[in-house]
Parts: sequence; C-alpha cells; structure tokens
Amino acid sequence: MVNLTIDGKKISVKEGTTILDASAANGICIPTLCFQKGLNEIGACRLCCVEVKGTERLVPACNNYVQEGMEIFTNSPKARIARRTNVQLILSQHDCRCAVCTRSGNCTLQKIANDLGLSGTSFPADIPKNEWTPDFPLVRDNSKCVKCMRCVQVCDKIQGLHIWDVANTGSHTRVDVSGNIRIEQSDCSLCGQCITHCPVNALHERDDTAKVFKALSDPDKITVVQVAPSVRAAWGEALGLRPEFASVKRLVAALRRMGFSYIFDTDFSADLTIMEEASEFLQKLKNRDHEKFPMFTSCCPAWVRFLKSQYPDMVCQLSTAKSPQAMFGAVAKSYYADLLGVDPRRIFSVSVMPCVAKKHECDIPNINGAGAGKDVDAVLTTREIDRMIRAEDIIAEALPEEEFDKPLGVGSGAGVIFGATGGVMEAALRTAYYLATGTNPDPDTFHDVRGTEGWKEETYEIAGIPLHVAVVSGLGNTRKMMEALRAGEVHYDFVEVMACPGRP
Amino acid sequence: MSRLTIMTRNKAQATVEDLYKDLERRIIASPPGLCPVDMAASFLKLCHAQTCGKCVPCRIGLGQLESLIDSVLNGGATMVTIDLIEKTAETIYLTADCAIGYEAANMVLKAIHGYRSDFVEHVMRGRCTSEISQPVPCVALCPAGVDIPGYVALVAAGRFADAVKLIRKDNPMPAVCGLICEHPCEARCRRNMIDSSVNIRGLKRYAVEHAGDVPVPESAQATYKRVAIIGGGPSGLSAAYYLALMGHDVTIYEQRRQLGGMLRYGIPSYRLPREVLNHEIAIMLSAGSIHVKQDVSVGENPSLTDLRERYDAIYIAIGAHTDKKIGIEGEDAEGVISAVEMLRKIGDDEMPDFTGKNVVVIGGGNVAMDVARSSIRLHAEKVTIAYRRRRVDMVAQVEEVNGAAEEGCEILDLAAPYAVEKDKEGRVKALRLKRQIIGPVSRGRPAPRDAKQQDLVVPCDIIIVAIGQGIETRNFEKYGIPVKRGAIDALNWSGIKDIPGVFAGGDCVSGPATAIRAIAAGKVAAANIDSFLGYHHIISTDVEVPEPGAYDRIPCGRVNLRSRCVAERVCDFGQIEQGMTSEEALQEAHRCLRCDHFGYGVFKGGRIKRW
Repeated sequence: MVNLTIDGKKISVKEGTTILDASAANGICIPTLCFQKGLNEIGACRLCCVEVKGTERLVPACNNYVQEGMEIFTNSPKARIARRTNVQLILSQHDCRCAVCTRSGNCTLQKIANDLGLSGTSFPADIPKNEWTPDFPLVRDNSKCVKCMRCVQVCDKIQGLHIWDVANTGSHTRVDVSGNIRIEQSDCSLCGQCITHCPVNALHERDDTAKVFKALSDPDKITVVQVAPSVRAAWGEALGLRPEFASVKRLVAALRRMGFSYIFDTDFSADLTIMEEASEFLQKLKNRDHEKFPMFTSCCPAWVRFLKSQYPDMVCQLSTAKSPQAMFGAVAKSYYADLLGVDPRRIFSVSVMPCVAKKHECDIPNINGAGAGKDVDAVLTTREIDRMIRAEDIIAEALPEEEFDKPLGVGSGAGVIFGATGGVMEAALRTAYYLATGTNPDPDTFHDVRGTEGWKEETYEIAGIPLHVAVVSGLGNTRKMMEALRAGEVHYDFVEVMACPGRP
Repeated sequence: MSRLTIMTRNKAQATVEDLYKDLERRIIASPPGLCPVDMAASFLKLCHAQTCGKCVPCRIGLGQLESLIDSVLNGGATMVTIDLIEKTAETIYLTADCAIGYEAANMVLKAIHGYRSDFVEHVMRGRCTSEISQPVPCVALCPAGVDIPGYVALVAAGRFADAVKLIRKDNPMPAVCGLICEHPCEARCRRNMIDSSVNIRGLKRYAVEHAGDVPVPESAQATYKRVAIIGGGPSGLSAAYYLALMGHDVTIYEQRRQLGGMLRYGIPSYRLPREVLNHEIAIMLSAGSIHVKQDVSVGENPSLTDLRERYDAIYIAIGAHTDKKIGIEGEDAEGVISAVEMLRKIGDDEMPDFTGKNVVVIGGGNVAMDVARSSIRLHAEKVTIAYRRRRVDMVAQVEEVNGAAEEGCEILDLAAPYAVEKDKEGRVKALRLKRQIIGPVSRGRPAPRDAKQQDLVVPCDIIIVAIGQGIETRNFEKYGIPVKRGAIDALNWSGIKDIPGVFAGGDCVSGPATAIRAIAAGKVAAANIDSFLGYHHIISTDVEVPEPGAYDRIPCGRVNLRSRCVAERVCDFGQIEQGMTSEEALQEAHRCLRCDHFGYGVFKGGRIKRW
C-alpha cells in the first residue's frame, strides 16, 4: 500500500494506482476530457493536471501513479489556473455554438466548462475548417474535434480497423481518415464505436430527422415505422426518464403523437430472419459435404461491411437472410401494402435503430425487394428519435402506454434477445431445434451461448447432429476469429458476429 | 562625447544569445516525422526576423513567401500558389543584397525542389504525406529499434539483468554494442532540449557489466527447419540467435578460424576486449540449436547450390572484407600492407612487430585510426596518418581521431599520396605526397585540389592502406545472386528478388557500415526467414518497464566516459575506455526524459513489445 495525502486527506491505496483513481476512490473528482480507462491514457488534454508538493510542474492525474508520501493538491490555485487556461485553449478551437449542437447537454467539454464556471474566454476563436463527404452516414465535424484521440484508439485497439489517424504535425495536427484517403474510400464498417467514444459532437450520425418530418407532413404518405428491440431499452435515457417508466409502450405513444400512421415492432421481422436463417442452416447441414462452413449471421450490417472489405472471399458464407430491418421494409411495402389495399409507393418506411450502419444498409441498391423504391426510406437512430420527440414538444413524462399496431406489431420474443450478444445465435438454434425435431427445446438449452466475452464457443447437438458454434462481438475479436478460421485452428458450423463489443 | 566606447551587451542581447543556444540544441533534438512544409514555414519566419529590412526582396519578399506557404498549410492555396512560391523565392535569391536574404530564399527553393509532392498534398488534400511512426527519437534512430527508454529506466531501477533481457529482444549483442556502438540513438536525444543527450551507450555498458550471467530465453519448439548462415559476423550471429530462439536448426558457415567477423578481425581489442566478444558469442550460441562450421569458405565446396539443396533457407552475411588498392606508383613495394590484412592477423593473435619502424597510414576513416593506434601498440617508432582532406573532414569518429592524436600519431592532413619510393631491394623507403588546398564544396563536402607546392616526402618502412573495404561477391554472383555497385542486391526485407529462400544482409548488402546496422539486418532477416518457413514466431520478453516518476527536469551535465591515461594505454592492447561508477550511472539514467511515456510515445509507437 502507498500512503499519501490528497487535498489534505490522508489516504492509502494499492501500489500502481493512478492519482486519478486514488482521488476518485476517496470522493475527490478531477475533471478529465481525453482519458478513457484502459483505452486512452495519453494525457493529451492536460485538464487533470494536479499539483504535487515539491514538484514545480503540474502532473496529469490520469496516467501517473501515486508514490509514497506524495502530497497532492487537485485544485490548488496553481492547478486551477492551469486547468481554466487549458479549457479556454480547447474552447478557442471548438465551435462553441452549443445552442445548435445536438450533443448539448451530453457533451463532456460543455460540462467541464460549465462546472468551472467559465463566463468568457481570454482567447480569440480560431475554429478549424470542416470538410466532409456530404451524405455519408457517419459525420465528422472538424470544428468540434478536441483531438482527444479516443476515436483513433477505439478503432485501432478494439475494432482493429485503423480507420482514423492523426494527420499533420504542430499546429496543423488533426484527426483524419488514415492513409490520406476519404472516408467513403476507406474500409470503415460504420460500427459507430468512434461516435460512442467521442466526448463532444465531432463524430455523429447523419441527421435524417428532416426527411422523416417531411414525410410525416405529406398527406399522401402513409408512414410506417418499425422500432428495433434494443431501442426500447435506450430511448428514455436522453429524455431523462427512469428506465422502468421508459417502456416501449410509451415510445409507441410518442410515435403515434408524432403522426406515424402505423407503428410496428422489428421483433416481428426478427422472427422472419430467424426462421430464414435457421431453415437455411438446416438445409446446409443436410448438404454438409457440398457447403462451406461456418455459416455467418447476416443481421449486423457493420459486420457485413467488414466482411466485404476484409475477407471478400468469405462473403458467400453469409446467411442469405436479410436483416430484420430489411425484411420489415420489404414486408411493409408488399404484404402490408396489399393488406391496406394501397399503392406501396405511398408507404414511407422508417426504422428506428441503435446503429449508424443501418443507415448505410437501407441505401444498398440490391437490398430492396418490394419494387417500390427503397424498402426502408429512412433510418433514425435512438438519438434522432429522441430529438424528434423533443422537437414535437411531446412531454415524455406524461405519455400513456399504448400498443403496437397489428398485425406486424407482434413477435415471439426471439427478436428481443437480438440486442444481446449471443441472442441471435440462441434464437436461431432454438428455431433450428424446433424445425429439426418438431419440439421446442428446454428454455435454457442454448442459453450458454450468450455472454459478453468477445469470442465464445459452444458445442450442441440438434437431432443427433453435433454443432460447433461461436459468438463473436467487436471487430478486433472478429478478425482474430477469422484468422483462426483461415489458419484451420478452429472449426465452426455457425457463427454469430456483432460489430459492437459485447452487450449483456 | 567619447570618440570610442567599449562594447557591452545589454540584458536583452545576452538573453537572446542564450536563446540561440537553446534553439541550436532544440534543432539537434528535432523529432522524426514532422511536416516538412510546416518546418519550411517556421524556418522562413526565423530567417525573416534576421533581416535588417533594408532591401525589397528580403523585407517584403520573405514576408510574402511566409503568407504563401501559410496558405498552403491552412487551405486557400492552389497549384498556382506553389509556382508562385518558387518564382518569388527565385527572385529573392537572385536579387537579395546579402546572404541573410538569398540564403533564406535558397532554403525555400531547396524545400520546393526536395519535397514538392508534400506541398501538392497539402494543396490538394489539406494533409501531409509524412507521418510519425516511431516518435521516440532514440528508438526511431536505432537501426535495431532497441527499447532504449525501457532499459535506461531499468538501469535507473537497478534491474540490470532485466535491462539486458530487454535489449536482447531487439539486439542480441548488448555487451559488444555497449563498447563499440556508434550510438545513432544519441543523435537526436530530446534531452538536448534541456542540456545534452543521455549517454545511452555508457548506460548499456554499465547494465551489461553489472547484470551478472543472464541466460538466453528458452527457444520455441523445434521446427526441424534448417537454415544456413554464411558468415559468422554480427549480422550472421544475430540472425542465428533469433532463428534458434524460433526453434529452427541453424548452421553458421564461417570462413575464418573464429566467429565475430569485423568485431574480431576489424576492431582492435583495446576497443573491444576479446574476452567480452568471446563471452557474448558463447551466450548467443547457447540459444536453441546452432551449429558452427569454422574454416569453411562457401564458394566451390560447398557451393551456394549445395547449401540450397541441403537447407530450407539461407542467409548471406559475408560482410565486406576485401581491401581496396590505392592505385599509386610503387604500391607493390614490400612493406605496403592493407589495413584489412593487418587487423585480420591481429584478430587471430598474430601480432606484427613494428619495433623501431616508421609507419604511415593512408586514410581518414575509423579503420585508419584503428591501424594507426594498433601500430603505436606494436611499438612503432613513429606513426603518421596521411589524409588528403582536412582533419575535420575525416569520416572517423571525432573521439577516434582525437584518441589517435593523443597517443602520438601525427596527423598529416591536406596531403595526397601519389607514389611509394622503394629501395634497391624493393622495400618501402618513403611516401611521396602532394600538398592539397581545400576548395569548393562538391557533393556536400569540401573537395581538395593540388596546391602546386613542392612534394612532401615522408620517409617510412611500413605503409598501411586504409581507404575502404570491398565485398567478395564472385562466389555468389556466379550462382545468380544479383550484385549492384559491388554489393549484394537484397531487398529491404533482406530477401533477394526472384530467389525464394535466399536472404542477405549486413555489410555485404549495405557496404561497410556499423555493427548495429549489421545486427539489425540479422534481426530483419530472421523475422522474414521465419515467415518464409511458414511460421510466425514472436520474439518478446516478460520484462516490465517501470513507470516514470520524476516530473521536473533540472539541467544536469552528461556523464562522459573516461579513458586510461595515454602513457599507460599505449603499452598494451587492453581496454581504453572506463565504465561509469554506480553513482554516475544512476544520475545519467535519471536524465532520460522517458519519451516512451511523455509526449506522443504514450499514444503511438513508443513501446514495441514484440516482433
């Protein structure tokens, strides 16, 4: 144990503890901007610099370790002045028009500046120019970037795709697409991890809300919206709702107030995907000697993009089943249009999805099957639908619970577990079991395949056939698995891949 | 009013003088991978500040150039801008009144001509083609990429055996390099920004000498793949070491009686004691399965073809061991010997006796200094080093030249040998030289020319020619190995075009170079031979580097190594240089700024834990 004093408080922590962790463990908060534990400990923003007695220069708390007898002042006049100056320097190169920023209220830099009580800045604004490919689903705004490098790190270390890099040196240093190419020429999978890790609004999804508002206001359009399973858990957070209050039924109510003609659950088409995938898998198993294994799930468009750019020769092993989003879109503009007795071209099909890659998926020309333009006309992320709820002055706290529309608003529950790592695999195996044996398996038969490990494998038996399956999440883990497959180190029959790192 | 006053410096001037020194040191420590266009713009700003402002081109032109280059950097420039920069710089160069102006413009012209593509990249894409791959300057400049901040930190922590283990991950010859490495790592040490570079080589030596026995790591499971290595010098030995650790079966074919190559047959023992060399080689050979065939020259029997039949891969690392003739009248006289030949004999302990002899050494490189200083130790009466350029132009390391001078070698510079005078028996009587005058710079170096004065005649008994070495490529060329400008033509990954399984590296590819470059080539070859054989063995170490703790950096002098006193050291071939004391080593190790942790190294590059 190491004994030290932080802000006059005598504490004792394990050797190898950072000053930041030692402070946090003792209720002392030091602001950080670039820091992300285990991923980005590069001490670039210098906001966590603290004073150490006997040392002239300030010491960043995030990546320096406690030493015996240290006397630390996290907010001494010297540390405070330096912190305020550095925040003002960052602000001088940040587009501070927070009123028109979609991250306002959820921005680390804004919170730090507010918490410091800054009422102005000593430096004139010197905002870097912003250039980006218009209409690309992923948007990078250079005028917001604080060069924390988290996007570079998550793409390098977790996703292993190395899309981002540091360009230029000196005062011209910025983050850009690696290899001096443009984003649309890159192998970006659109997994969205860089967006998730961005502390400000330098990275975000393309805003498609205006397109949807326009359709909603068009009397000739019949707006059909599908809500992905994982959105039901997340939509309330940004609106400040308690999780137990933010039920999917209240989201249905909000969408109805917004004016959507029909509100459905993607859970419905997740069942279709599972039926397709399980049947295809059983078909392949029957023809085992002539088929290539493993079969890969196809419902994560970021993974599909990854496979196409990194392992194009293995694309043929993807399940031919469309993703639930795409299936729903096709059904909406064919079966459902028939049911309504309307021209499918009048239907404007919207989906609410957790991920930016879905925006790309609906734009792939050969995904469309209904013959009435795009099967899915617009994809909104959870963040966008929340913004629309607010823009419509809907008071979320006052929403009642309402039901999805029929008949596409019901599902077996298989789709609900799609949002969890291993969920697609579990659902597919349960269905395959039923299709092969005619009986339902026990509820827990395939439950072990779920879990947040990055790469998990299990062996099961369906109708006497042994099956080796794997569930992989995160593209860095995916690459490891793919390399092992190619090297012949592992053999699987069926593999679920999700581009996002694991979710419980 | 006084007619004259004594010049005094005011405080501002004195401070600026100080800042000049800071800037000089800062430029020395310039990090790798910076944007060259940005650097050109920054240099120009300094140049402009140096102008008096009298003349138009300088006063206005340099400022306009600054704006133009800034527009290239900040956006707004077009391809026309680049042409305008060039045209403007040319005009300033042609019309500026003094060097402050025309040399400033010349720097811009050099930049435009040297890296126009970077200007274009900025204009077209708003980006730079340069990138920082290894931001830690010492690691970036070490050919073998040794984890220098890592082992310096381990020395500071008193963990000497761990330091040796960490070095061996990238360089299996720490003892040798601790004594004779030319330490390119120190050239741009960031510590220069505060005072001066860390004595990295001295610390390496200290670590090795205080580590005790450090066994080599266990080798990987045997692959039963066989690799032949031709040449047991630093490159061949390094390749053998790593390939053995990877589990391959290695056989070294060594032409001479003993292993070591130029480390034994080129470097005198007063710089590299034989026991240190022998001990290091013994440790390297203890790795995995390495067989050594001494006194075997690969040429006719066995031929390269024989080896290709018997082995799965071959690494050619034959070094540069042939001497070069000077081509002057009387060179065939008895008593004219080559430096290579002399050092080779000394390497096998066949010491010539120069007692009472008058020796002239021709050349200005490290080898010339080695033979001159060896001649002193072989009891020569007088040793003269003849060199056609100036002493400052010598390519030998400054400490070698100074060492030779201290030991009594006379340096006769600006003297070009042109004939050897013989006595009736055909023995050397004297060397005739033509006095030179230093002249205009040619290919980056001031070139000498004939001063048209009376010849110098230096009476002597022995002339040692040390004007460079060549490579014995014939036995390889006839088996299809490509040769370019006298050296084996290998690719940057050590492979040879269109000849799978044959690799080459070290002096025989680069021409005579340094031990660390040869070692690095061996490392590169080992990695690529491993891949060629279908494996991907990882070389790594479990040594954890201590986290840095110090934040304030107070200027502190660099510890330089001392030498034995001249009167004592010239009497034997014992080691000249003396290592640091423990107090010195500790202080010196703490001078390291830990660029692996502070700065860009913590983000990218920095610590390469495995290869």
